Amino acid sequence: MTTTETPASGRAKRGGRFALPNAAYKGILIAMVAIFVALVAWYVISIAVQSKPAFSALGFSWIFQNVWAPSHGKYGLLPFILGTIETTAIALVLAVPIGLGTAIALAHLVPDRIRPPLSTAVELLAAVPSVVYGLWGLIVLAPVFREHVEPFLTSVFGWTGLFNGPNNGVGLLLAGVILFVMVLPTMVAISRDVLAVVPKEQIEGAMALGATRWQVLRKVVIPAARTGILGAFTLAMGRALGETVAVALVIGNSPFIAHSVKSSAATLASLIVNNFGEASGTELAALFGAGLVLLVIGVAVNAVARVLVRGTERAGGASSVAVA
Amino acid sequence: MTTLTFDASSDPILVRRERIQSVAAASLGRRKIYSRIAVGVCWAFLVVAIVPLVAVVLYVVIKGLPAWSTDFFTHPTYPEGIPGGGVWNAIVGTAVIGFLATAVTVPLGLFCGLFLAESDGKVGAAVRFTADVMTGVPSITIGIFGYIAIVKNFGYSGLAGAFSIGIVMLPVIIRAGETAIRGVPGSLNEAAMALGARRATIARRVVVPAAMPGIITGTLLAVARGLGETAPLLLTIFGNEYMQWNPAKPMNALPLVIFTNSNQPYPDLVQVAWGAALLLMVIVLVLSVGSRVLAAVLQKERR
Repeated sequence: MTTTETPASGRAKRGGRFALPNAAYKGILIAMVAIFVALVAWYVISIAVQSKPAFSALGFSWIFQNVWAPSHGKYGLLPFILGTIETTAIALVLAVPIGLGTAIALAHLVPDRIRPPLSTAVELLAAVPSVVYGLWGLIVLAPVFREHVEPFLTSVFGWTGLFNGPNNGVGLLLAGVILFVMVLPTMVAISRDVLAVVPKEQIEGAMALGATRWQVLRKVVIPAARTGILGAFTLAMGRALGETVAVALVIGNSPFIAHSVKSSAATLASLIVNNFGEASGTELAALFGAGLVLLVIGVAVNAVARVLVRGTERAGGASSVAVA
Repeated sequence: MTTLTFDASSDPILVRRERIQSVAAASLGRRKIYSRIAVGVCWAFLVVAIVPLVAVVLYVVIKGLPAWSTDFFTHPTYPEGIPGGGVWNAIVGTAVIGFLATAVTVPLGLFCGLFLAESDGKVGAAVRFTADVMTGVPSITIGIFGYIAIVKNFGYSGLAGAFSIGIVMLPVIIRAGETAIRGVPGSLNEAAMALGARRATIARRVVVPAAMPGIITGTLLAVARGLGETAPLLLTIFGNEYMQWNPAKPMNALPLVIFTNSNQPYPDLVQVAWGAALLLMVIVLVLSVGSRVLAAVLQKERR
């Protein structure tokens, strides 16, 4: 007893010499949190303040005007807002069914032996930087789209009018597809987690009642995981809306409203990154304004996603925090 | 053995069971076909999802490896036409920016994590929610913030890049730190309190050491995320063709090389982009895999 006490008390004394009073410790913690909160506040306010010249010079309606021509003093953001929505929509149209199907397969259909390595691979892919997806899209996928995918889609769906115009390779469609590939790992990793934690008793109960595999999935597993899946999709939407470099590389960057999914277009984020270098005065303020619009959309989407995912995190979604 | 005699037609529960059984049996074939189709579709989607993801990784490896040479790792970026260009300046830039951002955000994030782990009230919830939302805001807007806050006053510099990357990493570290610290058994905390230790001592000697695996994992993941960010760097570090160790000057970085070179019409510059993409991917994957392995090893040692 005494032999263990001596070093222990010595250590306590050593710790005591350096130890802060509790009040001071608490003060430091609060100060650090205050720094974080102040940074976030500074971030939001500075972008709002710096875009003010654009609002005062152009009024509030400039955000929804449809001509971007800095040399003529026109800074309408509508083409870019539409481009952002369209690319995200294309990405989600592909990602929702494919992501959900993949997550279901990973959580409940794949044999137990290959499940852990496959799941880990998906989570690792979520860490691949977006600029790498952009590079791959521009160099590898764009020629394939120009030569094969776009002519094929035009011949099949040309009657819808969505595929008018030349086959460029780059454009809305490619940007949407790249975003789809990019958000897929995140979405699958989170949905897989929430699908996997559905209580076994419920699944076995349904099976005992004579439900087929698909009936179990559709009536028991998916409803139980619904909120988490919705959260995963919303998070993916947030990433797609705000993605900059991958989109800037493959969308073709044209400041006009696209009339076909094959047309070049631009998003709010790609507009900022492409024009930032040469911009000054009102144009720079307008780019900050585009950033403000993006920030507001991004915060809104992420706030909703977080509320949806939060409930499931407590249920035991292990990798959700790490991936998102 | 007594024979139980009952009239099935008179017991309503049994009648109902009979009906359910016959309906289930009649629809079984149809339900089985539906199930086969739906499960098949899920499998098909799994394949559809895997193909492009594997293709990205394979292409980066196949196209990137030929770019790797001694020159690639030892020479700075050269303009088109001059052979032997590399990415040494970008490696240095990424390393310096990553180091600076990590050195500032880890202690700051850890303190915030300690705070959040102990606050279940409204303030804690608000800060936690802010951190969660910040992990998902478009990173280009963080680049704008870095431009307004640093570049406008001090010019383009590696420091401005480190500032932006730090803002990207901070909320990730805060939340990972909080999660790790909350995972520390309350009994440890209470035992230390019972010994009369002050809270700072408990944090330094009990809670943080016990939470270390989670903290390291979270930090490595945050670094992996920060190093891959491109948009914030585009607006803050400007890029630099030459060697630059001084973070107060414009620097180059790997994501920047990939972005600017991939748009060039010159094959050798695109080649450098593939090489840089492979390098960046390897760094990020090593950090991600390393964090898992390290966490597993530390966890095992503890037991």
